[in-house]
Amino acid sequence: MSSYIGGWILEEFLLCIFISLIIGYGYAVKRSNQTYRKWPLYRVVCWILGVICIAISVIGPIAQASHENFIWHMAGHLLLGMLGPIFLAVAAPMTLLLRILPVQAARRVTRVLRSRILRFYTNPLVATIINIGGLWILYTSPIYEMMLHSTIIHVLIHLHVFFVGYLFTISLIYIDPVPHQVSFLNRTIVFVIALAGHGILSKYIYATPPNGVDPLQAKIGGMLMYYGGDAIDLIIIIILFYQWYTSTRPRTTAVSIT
Amino acid sequence: MERAKEAENRVTYASRNLGSGFLFGVGLIAFIDESVFHQLLRWHHFYDKSTTDIGLISDGLFHAFSWFATIGGLFLFADLRRRNALRIKRWWGGVFLGAGAFQLYDGTIQHKIMRIHQIRYDVNVLPYDFIWIAVAIVIILIGVVLLYQTREKTHE
Repeated sequence: MSSYIGGWILEEFLLCIFISLIIGYGYAVKRSNQTYRKWPLYRVVCWILGVICIAISVIGPIAQASHENFIWHMAGHLLLGMLGPIFLAVAAPMTLLLRILPVQAARRVTRVLRSRILRFYTNPLVATIINIGGLWILYTSPIYEMMLHSTIIHVLIHLHVFFVGYLFTISLIYIDPVPHQVSFLNRTIVFVIALAGHGILSKYIYATPPNGVDPLQAKIGGMLMYYGGDAIDLIIIIILFYQWYTSTRPRTTAVSIT
Repeated sequence: MERAKEAENRVTYASRNLGSGFLFGVGLIAFIDESVFHQLLRWHHFYDKSTTDIGLISDGLFHAFSWFATIGGLFLFADLRRRNALRIKRWWGGVFLGAGAFQLYDGTIQHKIMRIHQIRYDVNVLPYDFIWIAVAIVIILIGVVLLYQTREKTHE
């Protein structure tokens, strides 16, 4: 029963983190509103939804069911690695943080954001390789089965899925300040390849269940990953193209109005 | 000077009308393929055991690309409108050309050579293939005619 106790402590601990994330964001918004223009409400809503998506995927009944059932595991993956990160990215936490930090500390954060290492990791191609490549390794090697039996591997994999999902999202849509911007065309090309890699992996899982996964569950899980991935990535595609649309606002029209 | 610039603009936007329509056409036909043949009729299968590896990759790339093309084509459409540069007939020419080209690629290379999936199972698939490809060619021809009618004339 020790693993149960361990799991219980882990769940309590995570719940505390999620609650503090929401309270912390709310506090930061309150601080920011004292000096700056009012922080948009939709960002607060997105932050809360993002934290909820992640919480659902790691604690509670869905997280519990995902240990035995691959379909629930896949639903959790979509929430933890895709939908949650989008909500969090739209909530612009870095912008908020830079607003409330003292100047000296904010400068230090900016220096980190400009660093070579973050430049490397926020490159869309690098983020895609780590994100999609990581998923390929997870589902086509014995790691998936190992994850089901080891709490440590389980925690590490989930941390990885979340962080690379967030990295992938912010490497494609620029809502927080991004020191090293990549052109819209290059981001679109990388994104098409990423979505294709996700879709191909879904079909691969459908046909070749990962070790220890029931074939029927692998089929349904694969289809969920395929169509769920399409639906969620649609949000990023629309944001990306909308940003292009506003950034290329014309100064002159083809037919001049005189 | 002014005239030259205007002519250059028209050439630029002529190809952008075609490009926007083409992308939207690819996305539209892929969407119809997915919703009608995969989901409603359930003729197409999600996965076919005889699919080649390259077929799986081609299918994945085209599926992702068409998803982008639908949205991207519409944003380009909005961009043309706000620039007063939309030429709707030429745009439709692009839609037909894109839709037909994708249908032809899907019906020949993807269905027959890469064997991603067949149009329908447990029937004689030959007439289905024939109609599929014939429809593709007709759509392409409509697109070509529309584009020919709206081509840029070098002499006024």
